[in-house]
Parts: sequence; structure tokens; C-alpha cells
Amino acid sequence: MRQVAVVGIGKTAFGAFPDRDLRSLAVEAGQKALENAGAKPSQVEAFYLGNFAGPSFVGQNHLAPYVAAGMGITGIPATRFEAACASSGAAFFHAVSAVAAGLYDVLLITGVEKMTSQPTPKVTEILAGAGDLCGEVRAGATFPALFAMIARRHMYQYGTTREQMAAVAVKNHANGAKNPLAHMRKVITMEQALNGKPISEPLTVYDCSLISDGAAAVLIAPLERAAEFTAKPVRVLGIAQASDNVALDEKEDITTLRAVKISAEKAYKMAGVKPADIQFAEVHDCFTIAEIVAIEDLGFVTKGEGGPYSLAGKTCIQGERPVNTSGGLKAKGHPVGATGVGQICDVVQQIRGEADERQVRRNSLGLAQNLGGSGATSVVTILGAA
Amino acid sequence: MTNPGSGTVYTETVVFSQSEAYVNDVPYQLAIIQLESGRRLTGRIDGERAQIGDKVKFVEFRKDVAFFRKSA
Repeated sequence: MRQVAVVGIGKTAFGAFPDRDLRSLAVEAGQKALENAGAKPSQVEAFYLGNFAGPSFVGQNHLAPYVAAGMGITGIPATRFEAACASSGAAFFHAVSAVAAGLYDVLLITGVEKMTSQPTPKVTEILAGAGDLCGEVRAGATFPALFAMIARRHMYQYGTTREQMAAVAVKNHANGAKNPLAHMRKVITMEQALNGKPISEPLTVYDCSLISDGAAAVLIAPLERAAEFTAKPVRVLGIAQASDNVALDEKEDITTLRAVKISAEKAYKMAGVKPADIQFAEVHDCFTIAEIVAIEDLGFVTKGEGGPYSLAGKTCIQGERPVNTSGGLKAKGHPVGATGVGQICDVVQQIRGEADERQVRRNSLGLAQNLGGSGATSVVTILGAA
Repeated sequence: MTNPGSGTVYTETVVFSQSEAYVNDVPYQLAIIQLESGRRLTGRIDGERAQIGDKVKFVEFRKDVAFFRKSA
């Protein structure tokens, strides 16, 4: 297996962009990643696209060659990956695997979603397609409802509180306010977070991530060729993907996401590091409770301690282990197909020391965790300075 | 469809925001029921609000969805 490095990153702003179509967003991110690496479209040997529901959101199918051709890239394998909200995380995992195995040298991975052209009830319906339509969704589950049921059980088993969940929202909004590419650059108070409009009890609107448009891209290459593209290559030290049952009622203990634990353990082993070594992370906070569950399943804290750890400020930019310095899905935005690669861009930016006022002090070892559905897909990536 | 029987609330929520197909139902209580048979089932709870650990009994299927009610 060859060592793989991220040699270029590119992102659009995340937000609601009525004048932009899916392809123009994906092309902008891809071109920025190529420019960032000083690479030409003709150097790209394969193109992997992460996208959850373009055909449902905008009607367009056959998306990977469509986006690639928009960048002037034809004649190479161009393939779309779908794994719900982990679509581009999965695309990145398979891209790294292909370069590590020696199939290609230079591979471009883009994630994109264009969500805001549909009204919220329709978005809710499309997103519910990541659940079990014949079971939980038929009974009336939405994604907020599934995570609300995880929250209720977590509160019941571990005493997790509304304040602890709200602390995640307050922190991620504070970080997002400092991120020029974030969807919602607005600081919120604990009082606001606790008194938001109810979506699915105990979750309020402030516990839920945003419906966003946006795209993100990374260019990867073998580490031995990284210097051709960048003075600041970032190594993929460990990466793993794992799956689990789609339906929440088929998971044994819903306060622990098994696929996250499995993918994390494999990624740690591959990187030769322990959870305690991870200095900062971007985790999949599709809901505030998901960040609490994630930091537990990733081993940053023991099970049940995620809430108190968050409320104590340990995950703030100045805390002992900063989490979601980008603002997370909560404030940066969650164009679902773009989220996995977006997280990789955010971790790379920190390792390069390019995060400006959000820059963490200890920045040589970071982690990204991308989740699909209520935990049926998980991708964990550990990145480090080369 | 077979009667799932009685069970205990494993987890629950009250849904306020839904897609068009369900928008006339909100708010409603959704729950995962730990059935006495050993498996779990996602269904709805009618009537009095139930909490985790409460016993519930099956009432009927409506459009293939199992409805339960809190046991007295």
C-alpha cells in the first residue's frame, strides 16, 4: 500500500443560492481544488463524485461525467457514490484506496448537494429516503425524529441534558460565525438554543443542522509525488468505512453507533494512534446529540461523558480538544453530499495552519467523521502533517 | 399483518415537523417498542403520552402502521 496525501482543497461557500445549479457548484469546488494544487484538468486520472440525492432534489442523473465535463475532464472513469450523508466520505475512502493500491496517481473527489430549490417538507421526504421506507419512515419517522429518539434514550441511560445538547449548538454557531464560508454566521445564546421551535422532542430547530447548497473537493496523490503539487501536503494516516443496519429499530443500542466504532477502531489502528492522540476533529453533527454520541464513539470520552464534556467547553477552539472549528453541520451548513469532503478540507486547512481566527494551536493530527443516515454508513479519516 | 402484541417503550419522540404525506398528523408520538416477542418495532402511540419504560399494548394497524396505547 502506498502512502496517500491530500495535495489540493477547494470549497464553495455553503448556503442558499437560488441562482446556482448543482453543476456550477461542483465545478467551482473542483476547479478551486485543482488551482490549489497547481494541477491541470488533464492530470486527473479518475473523478469520484459524492452526491446523495441530486436526482430527487434537482432531477439530474448521470452526475459524475456531467460534473467532470463541466471542468473539461473527459475520457477517464467518472463515478458517483451514494451513501446518504456519507456520500462524499465514501467517495473519498474509495479514492484513497485506489491511489494506495496503485490504480491511479492523481484523483479528484468532489461532493455536492443542491437542496434549497425544494420546500422544507419535500426536503424532509427526500432525506427520509436514507431511512427504512417500509418500516420506520412509513410509521412517521423523519431524520430529526430518529435522532430525537437517540437523544431521548441517551438522556435516559446517561442523564444527558438539554443544556448539554444546546452547548453544542452554541459552540458550533460561535465557530461558524468566524468561518467566511459558513451558511449561518450568527452567534446564538444558550437561552435561544433552549427555547427554539420544537421540531421533534426533545430537539428544537437549534439542535438541527441546516438545509444547504454547496460543494467541496480535494485532489489526492501518492505522497512521493505530493511535492509536485504543494509545499504543504497532508497525509492520510488512517481511513476506514463501515456499515450497519439502516433502520434504527434494528440497532441493538441506539446510544452507540456501531459503524462509527468499527470504522474508528480500524482507522486508529491503520494510523498507529490512539483516540487520546487526536488533537482536533470535525464530526458529523447533523443534530447536536450526534456530536455528543460521536465524541463518545470515537473514544475521546467514555460513553455518557459526551454531554458534560461539551457543556464544560472542552470542545471549543480554545478547549483541550476542539471539535467542529468550522461551525460543523449546524452552522457551516449541511449540503449532505458535500459534507464528507468538506470535513476533509476543514481538517487539512487546520493542519496547514490556514484557519485564521479559528486556528487551533495543536494542529498536527486531526480526524474527520462522516455519518450516513442514522448510522448505517460511517467513514473515519485521520490526517496528519507530512 | 400479524398482531405484534404488547411491549415496553424503548424510546420515543413527539414529531412536529413532517413531509407533506404526514403533515396533517402532526403533532404525534412516535416510538420504538420493545416487544415481548424480543424484537423492536417503530410505531405510533395514541392517546395518553407514554415515556421510556412504560408498558403499551397494540391497538390496530392503520395503513400498515402499528398503533399502541399506554397500558392502564
